[in-house]
Amino acid sequence: MSILVNKRTKVICQGFTGKQGSFHSEQCIAYGTRLVGGVTPGRGGEKHLDLPVFDTVAEAVRATGATASMIYVPAPYAADAILEAADAGIELVVCITEGVPVNDMVKVKATLSGSPTRLIGPNCPGIITPGECKIGIMPGFIHRKGCVGIVSRSGTLTYETVFQTTNNELGQSTCVGIGGDPVRGMNFIDVIELFERDPQTEGIIMVGEIGGSDEEAAAEHIRRYVSKPVVTYIAGVTAPAGKRMGHAGAVIAGGKGTAADKYRALEAARVRTVKSPAELGRAMAELLGKRRAQAAKSAASRASKATQEAWQLLPRPRALRGAGSAAASAPDKVPRKALKKALKKSGKNAAKRSPPGRRTGKPVAAQRGRRSQRARGAARARR
Amino acid sequence: MNLHEYQAKKILAAYGIPVPEGRVAGSAEEAVAAAQALGGTLWVVKAQVHAGGRGKAGGVKLARDAEQVRAAAAGMLGKRLVTKQTGPGGLPVERVYVECGSDIERELYLSLTLNRERGRIAVVASAAGGMEIEEVAHDTPEKILSVTVHPASGLEPFQCRQLAFGLGFTLAQIEQFQSIVTGLYRLYLERDASLIEINPLIVTKRGSLVALDAKLDIDANALFRQKDMAALRDPGQEDPMEQRASEHDLNYVSLDGTIACMVNGAGLAMATMDLIKLHGGRPANFLDVGGGATSDRVTAAFKLILSNAQVRAILVNIFGGIVRCDLIADGIINAVKNVGVAVPVVVRLEGTNAPAARARLAASGLAIIAAADLTDAARKVIAAARKAA
Repeated sequence: MSILVNKRTKVICQGFTGKQGSFHSEQCIAYGTRLVGGVTPGRGGEKHLDLPVFDTVAEAVRATGATASMIYVPAPYAADAILEAADAGIELVVCITEGVPVNDMVKVKATLSGSPTRLIGPNCPGIITPGECKIGIMPGFIHRKGCVGIVSRSGTLTYETVFQTTNNELGQSTCVGIGGDPVRGMNFIDVIELFERDPQTEGIIMVGEIGGSDEEAAAEHIRRYVSKPVVTYIAGVTAPAGKRMGHAGAVIAGGKGTAADKYRALEAARVRTVKSPAELGRAMAELLGKRRAQAAKSAASRASKATQEAWQLLPRPRALRGAGSAAASAPDKVPRKALKKALKKSGKNAAKRSPPGRRTGKPVAAQRGRRSQRARGAARARR
Repeated sequence: MNLHEYQAKKILAAYGIPVPEGRVAGSAEEAVAAAQALGGTLWVVKAQVHAGGRGKAGGVKLARDAEQVRAAAAGMLGKRLVTKQTGPGGLPVERVYVECGSDIERELYLSLTLNRERGRIAVVASAAGGMEIEEVAHDTPEKILSVTVHPASGLEPFQCRQLAFGLGFTLAQIEQFQSIVTGLYRLYLERDASLIEINPLIVTKRGSLVALDAKLDIDANALFRQKDMAALRDPGQEDPMEQRASEHDLNYVSLDGTIACMVNGAGLAMATMDLIKLHGGRPANFLDVGGGATSDRVTAAFKLILSNAQVRAILVNIFGGIVRCDLIADGIINAVKNVGVAVPVVVRLEGTNAPAARARLAASGLAIIAAADLTDAARKVIAAARKAA
């Protein structure tokens, strides 16, 4: 398992025949992504990289059954490309394009809300499920299939995180670069929610940066709904106020959006933070190591406790009972249901069950999150 | 992209927003002539810089006759104005704006900007005008009124009324207010603004609403379709280093430390600065050379970094993804040879072909210090800077 994309995901590329589109499509194909065609208006019917070119996304979807699209269309036309993909029923739109006007994205965001299409980006490196599907511009070879879900606003800082988790042999389930723009598609919370539900993902790394308050919102979400260990780093502690630090979204405005604020919110939510980007991999390994040890221990203790309980419910031979004791009143009426339940609890089943929630000791919080997700899905379906 | 007040007011007026009559002047004589042409007995002379907080810094002066106008203009022009928002160096005053004085009954605050959480344009208003809105928001958040606009339906009259009643306007003023906010919203969309701030919006003694000050920022991403806005850019208000950087497609922000950084990617660049600080150094700049990191760009970046006399050491931190590290290494070697780098250079290269890149740097015979990882790089560059200082 992974989130959003896997080896079965059929992908098309919008802006397919352009320089960027061609180069990165080739790279994605080489990685193993199931790229099934591309769209360049006016070039329909041609072949490019041995794949069919279509005039519209709707045609491409009809002909190929694609469910995901990656967009390299230049900034002035990127919003239009996103909306075209959504209109054609594409489930996952990944917009790599940098420099999309903010007002365009305001329109896109409003149009997509309530639609089943998910958008990643713009101004992002894309999404990758190692060994299965790469949609974007990240270097594939640094990834390794594994158990850490990574979500980040930055490109190269994502690679850095990937590199560390590859080196310490944790690997990644899926990595999502949500992009550096102030108005974007999926946010930290959306991705973290999916990681929480994904069985392959054991831990989550969130890489944030200055500007906005999405990290603060994520902190609250993690505190309430996430049972898996989370490690976070926020870039820009040294950034001066009012300056745009490369990303359009990375600016401290009116004293808001500072790294200090974000760290405070995360620490208040008892999320593990690191102050050095070099510590991300190590911190995750440490948390996962502890958690795995704990899980093994509690599974073992639960198993032995359940066996003992079951043992006590078994009918004891008469010889062991005190002759003529009061116990004779209900000697052989073993509560069968209770016995069955107790036996079920013991043995392998207990070891299989997921460990208790990180802080509450109960996975209730996680279930709550899942329920809210279902409710939301239902609301969406109704629309 | 920031605009000057006089530019912003001209655009506001074109959208039907009432602004005081005014003229821009580049010399004291022009300022006097402007005042005379405007007529009246009270003028305001305002320094034109891309920063707020001008009033407290002596950048806004009242004048009651021609001599006072001349003195006020002469006192500002050709100097640098230091306000709370400019930093210690201040910004050069090349023009002043001369306006007719207004009689003020009430001062309010009005702005349009992006609400990032909602992903929508927000109209923010407050009865506490003339003050810094951040302070109002912090001390008395109940005084801030705000509505967000759905892009499909646009700004609705009821939203304007909601704000207007909250501000305590009379019925006649509500009508004026609605026309002002509607005009500003149209301006925001049509001109791709990222911020319009009217602080203060005043009620005159006669009861009419006037935009006494105006700040207008345009979304830099939209300049391709806002050519006439792009033409209003004033490079004189920009940091010369940052300006030179933008000519080479480099993202550069000046800081006040001694360790220069050259990094690919904005997030990693910020992280590199943080790392230097964390290990006890002070970064001299933010510099993102972008994904391409070609030899030309690296050379331009070195030149840029070295034009800052405070720099004692340079840290190059590149995570080569699609770009090959050995090519970047060549770029670094060429740049160091051509530019004549006199300060120590610590290089950390990781990613595609990184081992080959390290070998090339080692074989170059240049005094380049190789770093094994992020932490090692930070420690080495700080040590090198201390030694060089």
